[in-house]
Amino acid sequence: MNIEAIDVNESIGLVSKVLCDHDKRKGILISTLHKIQAENGYLPEDILRALSKKISIPLAEIYSVASFYKQFHFSPRGKKIVRVCTGTACHVRGAAKVEHALKDHYHIKAGETTPDLKLTLETVGCVGCCGLAPVVTVNEEVMGTIGPKKIKHLIHVIEEEGVAHGEN
Amino acid sequence: MEKIKSIEDFDNLRLLLKEETFKEDVPRIRLCSGTACAATGSHKVAADLEHELEASHKHVEIVKTGCQGFCQQGPVMKVEPWGYYYQKVKNSDAHEIVSATISGGFPIRKLLYRDSVADEPCEMVDTVPYYKKQMRIALKNNGVIDPRQIYHFIAVGGYSALAKALSSMTPDEVLEEVDKANLRGRGGAGFPAGQKWKHSKKAPGTLKFVIANGDEGDPGAFMDRSIMEGDPHGLLEGMLLCAYAIKATYGFVYVRHEYPLAVVNLKHAIKQAEEMGFLGNNIMGTDFSCHIEVREGAGAFVCGESTALVASIEGERGFPRPRPPRLSEPGGGVWGYPSNLNNIETYACVPPIIENGAAWFKSIGTENSPGTKVFALTGKVKNTGLVEVPMGITLREIIFDIGGGILDGKKFKAVQTGGPSGGCLPEEYLDLKVDFDSLTKVGSMMGSGGMVVMDEDTCVVDVAKFFLSFTKEESCGKCPPCRVGTYQMLEILEKITAGKGEPGDIERLEKICRLVGKGSLCGLGQSAPNPILSTLKYFREEYEEHVHDKYCRAKVCSGLGTFTIDHSECFLCGLCKQACAFNAVKESRRAYFIDQDMCTKCKACFTACPIGAVKIGKVKKQAGVGR
Ligand SMILES: Cc1cc2nc3c(=O)[nH]c(=O)nc-3n(C[C@H](O)[C@H](O)[C@H](O)COP(=O)(O)O)c2cc1C
Ligand code: FES
Repeated sequence: MNIEAIDVNESIGLVSKVLCDHDKRKGILISTLHKIQAENGYLPEDILRALSKKISIPLAEIYSVASFYKQFHFSPRGKKIVRVCTGTACHVRGAAKVEHALKDHYHIKAGETTPDLKLTLETVGCVGCCGLAPVVTVNEEVMGTIGPKKIKHLIHVIEEEGVAHGEN
Repeated sequence: MEKIKSIEDFDNLRLLLKEETFKEDVPRIRLCSGTACAATGSHKVAADLEHELEASHKHVEIVKTGCQGFCQQGPVMKVEPWGYYYQKVKNSDAHEIVSATISGGFPIRKLLYRDSVADEPCEMVDTVPYYKKQMRIALKNNGVIDPRQIYHFIAVGGYSALAKALSSMTPDEVLEEVDKANLRGRGGAGFPAGQKWKHSKKAPGTLKFVIANGDEGDPGAFMDRSIMEGDPHGLLEGMLLCAYAIKATYGFVYVRHEYPLAVVNLKHAIKQAEEMGFLGNNIMGTDFSCHIEVREGAGAFVCGESTALVASIEGERGFPRPRPPRLSEPGGGVWGYPSNLNNIETYACVPPIIENGAAWFKSIGTENSPGTKVFALTGKVKNTGLVEVPMGITLREIIFDIGGGILDGKKFKAVQTGGPSGGCLPEEYLDLKVDFDSLTKVGSMMGSGGMVVMDEDTCVVDVAKFFLSFTKEESCGKCPPCRVGTYQMLEILEKITAGKGEPGDIERLEKICRLVGKGSLCGLGQSAPNPILSTLKYFREEYEEHVHDKYCRAKVCSGLGTFTIDHSECFLCGLCKQACAFNAVKESRRAYFIDQDMCTKCKACFTACPIGAVKIGKVKKQAGVGR
């Protein structure tokens, strides 16, 4: 993403008319971080430095904001990001078992990435498909009613990443 | 798309669309394409249906609707004009749907809903027990229209409340109507929307904001998502009516980043509405102008709290701020401008109120909580999904009539309402009439509307621990009572569920609950103890069992109880011996038994036994086995 090309007025939208410069620059921070992450998979330091220069917000402050929100990451992430839902419904219907199965198979903890960058395992609080509990999401796709069979399938998919996944 | 330049323009368009869209003589399939049904393959069903229809030269309209609520049975669809309701449709069924239903008009038996294999299937939507007792106001367009087609929305009466307000009502009249309807905020506390709007309107300054709270961080609730995905224009219309009433010129919809489809559909709706002149400058040719934009969160539960949400929109860390100033006061809202914050569902209720009047709205529900409420019914019930019911319905009706009762014929134990800020209610409150006040009175709350049903296999202490670990994770860390208190409460709960509870722990827990509730800065900390307090109130004996008898009656917590093998049931398969990693299951010539000194209470043998002959009992103190 070309940091130099960011147009503060355009990114903040129509409210730009009523805001002062500092508020505008601050106001686009979170959406810009989302964009950077969408492109790189994480927030690389050099880009954040450039961003800090561009919108005149101290790097420390950018880190302060980015580290507050759970969705921003500061290190590279796996090709497949598997999020095990640990929301109430999934908890009641056995999300912990799903989590353990994946943890045991890959020997990583929630929030970690395998050394070969194949998989990042995370937990998430409710993805809003409680009807299908227990649920995992693979990148943006939702897989519901996970049982032992589907976990095997999922692991298979992760191994052969690139193959279409999410089939029932 | 042509811009609407006046109210007459709009009326003409609406009449035209009413006639042209959803014509009676065209067969129509309303296929759910909400997130849950998409996950179970509704896109593939749509593609195959289209393919089949093309091959057989049938003219059938496929409407890809938002969430229809019965997510568990997804993908679901309605086939009109017959009104058949199909569930668990697979793409391989496409051919039969076209050949039997569309061509022949026959229902397909295997796709119809039935309570159990022995029951007669229900053909129509209205006969499915899940839908029978429901009443749809906030979700009225979900399942009817394609959320990406603004014409569908107008055809079913969309934007006509706005047209009515702009052409024949003053802002004060709109506000008065909402106030008279006694619409209470659906986001948690149930504060009357009319009063909040009055506050915001009274605030000095010409620049005001309307904000819709779509953060929905409550684990187990997804009604706001359904509205944003399935009826984005309905939300926009509600926000516009509010903006008109309080004279606001800008609006934001704050959506959690975890809802990508909601963001896409909302942005699409905003673009369409702008093109057609329902949003922007001079709406429908009048001098009312309002701009609405989407703002995304980044994964923080606390950002649902009003002041934290404002901080997040401004690009700060999502820390709550001390109130006053409230959002509706100068200095309190976004960038200091007075702002009116309401929940998504609250806004979605506004257009029907303006259209049908306050008296109509008040005729539904209870005296102090009129209208309906959407609940996300989940947990150990047969039918899970979104249900919208009139206030005043009993918990029993929701759980047993709509939800179909407890899964696998187990026994009901408790129902948790209100998410991490709510509480657990035991069986004796099943006949409680649900509304804002009744729930608060018995120590729970409406919250955003999560409703998690628990059966006898759920341990309430474990559930309390689950909610606490959620609030501990989500505590933003600004104020010490919440930051430290949630941590300490969780530690005690972990100790208790691990079988290491000591006498006095329960009292200590109660004390911390009180302190955290009183001392915290924002609603997160203030309500964090609720799950513990309510379970302590109704299930205290279970806590005591955990602490004193080292026993979990739901057999959920490991590390508790004494494990024995019932020799009268055991049929000597030996699976328990294989399962035990610690060699605690010993074999004699005629029986298996568990060596208590070796047993680590890991529950492996308990899970392994196919006939349930491994028993977990209370630890007898006098025997001195407790550790
Ligand atoms: C920790 C916390 C989380 C909240 N989360 C939400 C939420 O996800 N959605 C919501 O509408 N309101 C949430 N609220 C309530 C809001 O602060 C606010 O009261 C509500 O949006 C007002 O809208 P209403 O009057 O229409 O209910 C939350 C409150 C707290 C304290
Ligand atoms: S609790 Fe898992 S999708 Fe909601």
